[in-house]
Amino acid sequence: MSAAVAVFRRELRIALRRRAEWVQPLVFYGIVALLFPLGIAPESPALKVFAPAIIWVGALLAALLGVERLFRADLDDGSLEQMLIADAPLALLIAAKLAAQWLLTAAPLVLASPLLGLGLGLEPGPVAILFWSLLLGTPTLIFTGGFAAALTVGAPRAGLMLPILVLPLMTPAVIFGGGAVRAAAAGLPPDAPLYFLGALLALSLTLLPMAAAGALRNALG
Amino acid sequence: MWTWFHRLASPPSFYRFADRLAPWLLVSGLLLIGWAVWLGLFVAPADYQQGDAFRIIYVHVPAAALSLSIYTAMSVAGAIALIWRMKLAEVAVVSAAPIGASFTALALVTGMLWGKPTWGAYWVWDARLTSELVLLFLYLGVIGLQQAYSDARMAARACAWLALVGVVNVPIVHYSVQWWNSLHQGSTLLSAEAIANPKMAPSMLKPLLLSMAGNYLFFGAVWLRRMQNGVLLRERRAKWVREIALPADLPNARPLAGGPGTAKRGDRT
Repeated sequence: MSAAVAVFRRELRIALRRRAEWVQPLVFYGIVALLFPLGIAPESPALKVFAPAIIWVGALLAALLGVERLFRADLDDGSLEQMLIADAPLALLIAAKLAAQWLLTAAPLVLASPLLGLGLGLEPGPVAILFWSLLLGTPTLIFTGGFAAALTVGAPRAGLMLPILVLPLMTPAVIFGGGAVRAAAAGLPPDAPLYFLGALLALSLTLLPMAAAGALRNALG
Repeated sequence: MWTWFHRLASPPSFYRFADRLAPWLLVSGLLLIGWAVWLGLFVAPADYQQGDAFRIIYVHVPAAALSLSIYTAMSVAGAIALIWRMKLAEVAVVSAAPIGASFTALALVTGMLWGKPTWGAYWVWDARLTSELVLLFLYLGVIGLQQAYSDARMAARACAWLALVGVVNVPIVHYSVQWWNSLHQGSTLLSAEAIANPKMAPSMLKPLLLSMAGNYLFFGAVWLRRMQNGVLLRERRAKWVREIALPADLPNARPLAGGPGTAKRGDRT
């Protein structure tokens, strides 16, 4: 456990010294959300309808942006190998790393989302649901992305493989996340999709670190 | 009792076993498909509502069923490859993916062709259709991941992990017609009451069942052949491959290593 805490603290310390890395996803998120109103007519009522999808897809892309380089630097400086041979279970260390990644890149997105939701014309009620759905859904996105990053880190010709692997696996989170906000905007109870997001969260927090650990061992073993 | 299993797991005996089995599967599968096509296109009556358009089910339903079965088989092979480190299971994973992708694409295309006259649209963003499309992307992900690695074993094991994680989509596709309000109809065949008391007329049901059986056998034959190729490629430096691949009257024949310069570093068997 102390090894996991050490990994977590190390991630935060590195991020504090390289601020650009965790500010980038937030800026990216803002710009993506800003491009949609420019593409649609700004005063169109369609914007309000599309807002849940825009915000969710924006969050997904921003999460993907950070995950791409998740293990790359650790592979280059050898700390990934240290994690592999460490006494602590690798899955736990990866979970700590992904938790730090979530705190650094996804939590700011979750906090910024009410602002974007209101800006895109959602009512306060659906905006609250949007916030909760992102809070439940973004860890799933980060953990799925972490698994795909572990799969591709050892591949010399990975190229665009990571998004191709990750996006199909992320579709349930987008379906239920967007669905919860849509239900709230239509005045329906959003509980069911939120529960589904919670189930996905529980599954991905428990199982994906183990799958990622196996994939990393395979890629570097 | 497991000795036959262990013997089968060794590449040369698998190769010979598959060599014997595959032609039978292929011939019986093609005969069944041919019989089903004859019954389905010429003997079965037209549907009272859909007319002749319904006949596409004799391609669509087996393809869709196989798209799910192949993914499940692939992830079971993946689990075997990861748990018991069985080389043959690794080959099974990577050889199943392109076949599964083809059947998924076939199910999607035939569904679209049927959807236009029946629903009035080639495509709707319905739960069943969308999750089947996601399945296609999962297959493409496995194929792409395999090509991203230069080491065949590493690639296969990465694919096995991906197949294991992606298997969550299989129940989503299967139950999508029950969980969501779907435009796609529910299952006509797979339910307790439907098996006791079929919901289709026998003249329409029989070709469907024949076509299902034929397509599964056909898949078995193609899978075995692809696995044979995979095994040959991996074991290309082994003596038994040389004995199979090279005629005996060529004493100076070079070992089958793909010619000078093509053997890559890390291409271990």
